[in-house]
Amino acid sequence: MPFLANFPFFCIFIMMASGVTSSMLSGKNAFRLNVIALSACLAMSLSLLFYMIGQPQRITYMMGHFPAPWGNEIRFGPVEALIASVFSFVMLTSLVAGKGDIFSDIASRNVNLFYVMINLLMASLYALVYTNDLFTAYVFVEINTLSACAVVMAKENGQTISATIRYLIMSLLGSGMFLLSIILIYDLTGHLLMVNIRESMARLWADGRYRLPITIIVGLMSVGMAMKSALFPFHTWLSPAHGSATTASSSVLSGLVLKGYIILLIKVYYRVLGLEIVADLKVLNVLFVCGLLGMIIGSLDAIGEDHIKRMIAYSSVAQMGYIYVGISLGTSAGFLAAIFHIIVHAMTKPMLFSAAGGMADASGHKYHFDELKGAAYRNPIAGVAFIIGSLSMIGIPFFAGFGAKFYLSLAAMTNPGKMWFVLFALAVSTVLNAVYYIRAIGMIYSKKDVDVTRHKNPLSYNIGMGVFIVANVMLGLFYQNIVDIIQTGLKFL
Amino acid sequence: MGPNLLSNYFETASMILFGIGFTTLFLQPNLIKKVIGLNIMDSAVYLFLAAKGYIDGRLAPIVVNGVTDMEAYINPIPSGLVLTGIVVSVSVTAVSLSLIQKLYKEYHTLDMDEILTKANKEAER
Repeated sequence: MPFLANFPFFCIFIMMASGVTSSMLSGKNAFRLNVIALSACLAMSLSLLFYMIGQPQRITYMMGHFPAPWGNEIRFGPVEALIASVFSFVMLTSLVAGKGDIFSDIASRNVNLFYVMINLLMASLYALVYTNDLFTAYVFVEINTLSACAVVMAKENGQTISATIRYLIMSLLGSGMFLLSIILIYDLTGHLLMVNIRESMARLWADGRYRLPITIIVGLMSVGMAMKSALFPFHTWLSPAHGSATTASSSVLSGLVLKGYIILLIKVYYRVLGLEIVADLKVLNVLFVCGLLGMIIGSLDAIGEDHIKRMIAYSSVAQMGYIYVGISLGTSAGFLAAIFHIIVHAMTKPMLFSAAGGMADASGHKYHFDELKGAAYRNPIAGVAFIIGSLSMIGIPFFAGFGAKFYLSLAAMTNPGKMWFVLFALAVSTVLNAVYYIRAIGMIYSKKDVDVTRHKNPLSYNIGMGVFIVANVMLGLFYQNIVDIIQTGLKFL
Repeated sequence: MGPNLLSNYFETASMILFGIGFTTLFLQPNLIKKVIGLNIMDSAVYLFLAAKGYIDGRLAPIVVNGVTDMEAYINPIPSGLVLTGIVVSVSVTAVSLSLIQKLYKEYHTLDMDEILTKANKEAER
């Protein structure tokens, strides 16, 4: 086994260690440590990714060299390496871009604790991406939930705390269902490692035994994860939580935290159950309907919102709908579209949140559109980033979001029963997206009697936004390569 | 169906408890009662797991008197999972209670609906 096979474990471990260390540092030093640790993890994930592109394969890494039913395993291939690279990149860039807001929004004695939580969050995301063991996944899901809640409430005002408790309760309902489904799986198969469960499941399914319990298991797991990743109709917690948190928190929550659970769900479908069983179960049809409704209702909610961050948050609800529709097509093309959409959304949404945060800073920390008039002149780099992000989310060609929608419609062709619904919802939702994003762009670029003195951004903000803009433009131009990686990776998932 | 439910009374009871806990956590407006519901829900899962892991007539998996025969003991993994689960639910409970304390200091009520109305009013401003 190559030395690179240790990297996923190193990433998880480095983030945990830097989390523990950050608790003893000052806020500034915690930030520096965080940047160093995340850069190291990004470098490792990228080298793993390039290795995987060269030699696509699946590596199973035994923790402590205990072989399968006793030990705990990490398993990864090209898709996991790609997702981990994107997550590290987005985390690093959002934190750099949001640094100014973190230090002004959070009480200075607590800033290092914010970085503790960010580190734990990142460790749990890596673990969700890489783990091959369901119970480990459950433990990290809970770590993820708690640290995400802490990240939301870091601002410590009434609004964020009440948003956090809503988020926490919804998440706990979801984890309860997830835990129960894992226990039922363990009860039926006697295994917790994904690969072993797959063998037993296939046998049970072939014999026709335990059909009802398996349906219940998949239902519980899907609904549990859907609650945590804000699929319609469980999306009500998302907009207050993402809308009120500090800029970097909103970016990280919408870009990464929601996605971690979906990656886990995709792994469960692909690796634990297998597509044949999932397609037979009809659970996907429920997710399909919820996803379609989410695509449209999320966009309608966004149109009715005059608070820029809450509008972007509702747009996330719609995007989650796209991802779930991709998954629920039940074909490998659908999963390809879903994973690609996850990457696109993870790159674009944090940029939009950071842009919104920057424009609000330039307008005296105001978030309503009537107060943001002309904000793009006061903060030009944020304005440019907002335009690029919006065009991508609408799905204009040459931007990444277009690729995501294109592959979703291609995937829809593979499932004739669902094709027209997908295409129709895609068309409606695209028009609705255009309505509110173009309105928002019009507002921030309106010239009528506004103050256009330049706001001086912190250097970290300009660096972060610059990197985001370049990365998104590159992703829009070269998305074909990413899709190729996912395509090979799905064979090794 | 009926006789099965009765003979597996541990599992039946734990599923009923799970339902009670889940609905309490979901629907109860009082935040402290929500946390109680959370704990009932989690305990129900542990009861289910412990009941599933138990084999009639066998001992806890601790070697005493030098008996090393596998048939003498129950499977230790479910008990291990229960322990891990308890650790998780204790920490979740601690976080929720501290959050509730902060909310109470901010809004002087434990009623979720009231808190949300007040918070929404704040957001409008």
